[in-house]
Amino acid sequence: MSLYYVQKLIYELNRDPRTRARYAAERDAVLAEYELTAEERAALVAPDIGLLYVLGVNGQLLMHFAALHRIEWPDYLERMREGLRKHGPVREGVYAATGYEGVP
Amino acid sequence: MPLVYCGACSHGPGITARADRADPAKRDALYTALRRMGDDIRATRPDALVVVAAEHFANFFMNNMPAFAIGMADFYEGPIEDEAFLKIRRTRVPGNKALSRRLIEQVMQTVDVAYAEEWKFDHGISVPLHFLTPGYDLPIIPANINCQGPPLAPLARAWAFGEALRAAADAVPERIALVATGGISHWPATPDSGKINEAWDREFLARWAANDRAALLSYSDAEIYRDGGQGGFEIRTFIAAAAAARGAKGTIEFCEPMPIFAVSCTVARMAVAA
Repeated sequence: MSLYYVQKLIYELNRDPRTRARYAAERDAVLAEYELTAEERAALVAPDIGLLYVLGVNGQLLMHFAALHRIEWPDYLERMREGLRKHGPVREGVYAATGYEGVP
Repeated sequence: MPLVYCGACSHGPGITARADRADPAKRDALYTALRRMGDDIRATRPDALVVVAAEHFANFFMNNMPAFAIGMADFYEGPIEDEAFLKIRRTRVPGNKALSRRLIEQVMQTVDVAYAEEWKFDHGISVPLHFLTPGYDLPIIPANINCQGPPLAPLARAWAFGEALRAAADAVPERIALVATGGISHWPATPDSGKINEAWDREFLARWAANDRAALLSYSDAEIYRDGGQGGFEIRTFIAAAAAARGAKGTIEFCEPMPIFAVSCTVARMAVAA
């Protein structure tokens, strides 16, 4: 697990236009700069929002990573729910789900 | 000058981003309350507004996370979020570097605060300013309490930070207003977004309005996480404002649970003498 580096890459993408431009132009080179497992790398590239959520990515980072990929809010929420169904509970961090599904 | 204004309000990104999905009557009532807060702040003729925020990885990350930080620049920029997502135009917001420095030097007498000569605002500051100072004509001094990346400073230290901000505001000749922004219970950006523990929120706000230090500091982080979610850690900003009010009592001017905005949307004010 290298959740720290997954989150760091997302943090850099969210806040730095140059990182975003590089990520669009030479994604593999950017990814190589972070200590990522194969599972984490694949989840970022897909992007598999559900798996990233289960891996423990902080929602305050993940929400903007989803927006960067033009994933609308209801779809973002549904992808996290799908991740829980597919991969089980959140493995790390403080962004666990509690089972509430009140607002689509 | 003694602190001229002290209050607290919500900052959820949904307040602007998901405006079109909210109940129009409740949304407009919230907007009115926030704009009235801006009017009330302006009525105290402040020279600067200290915004005690709980940012979400716009500036600070787990590679070097300050428990407390204060901005020290002549300008800031925000929001960092996609403008189309947040529905707030990115802009440059005035600061006051020299005033920041004097405030920081005072705060440092009791709290080891970090300072930052660059600061990008995220929704935690940009959403409140969109309503409070829509003309971006009042110098802002951003302050931050880490509420995102545990370990977090204990609540008693958030109180101490608020006390230090008050002492600093009182020590400078300028007229300083202070607004804390944060959520009470919420589970933001998770599948549970929209879940609100209204009873917990109202109990917390009752303690805040009473400015009951012991009651405000009695929560453990485990209790906050259980009852108030990840977002509940942001009560630290409210606690700092209560401390800054130095015993004054508060009024809850607006409190309405709004699931589409993910929080009990709140506007509250401490009766500091202006």
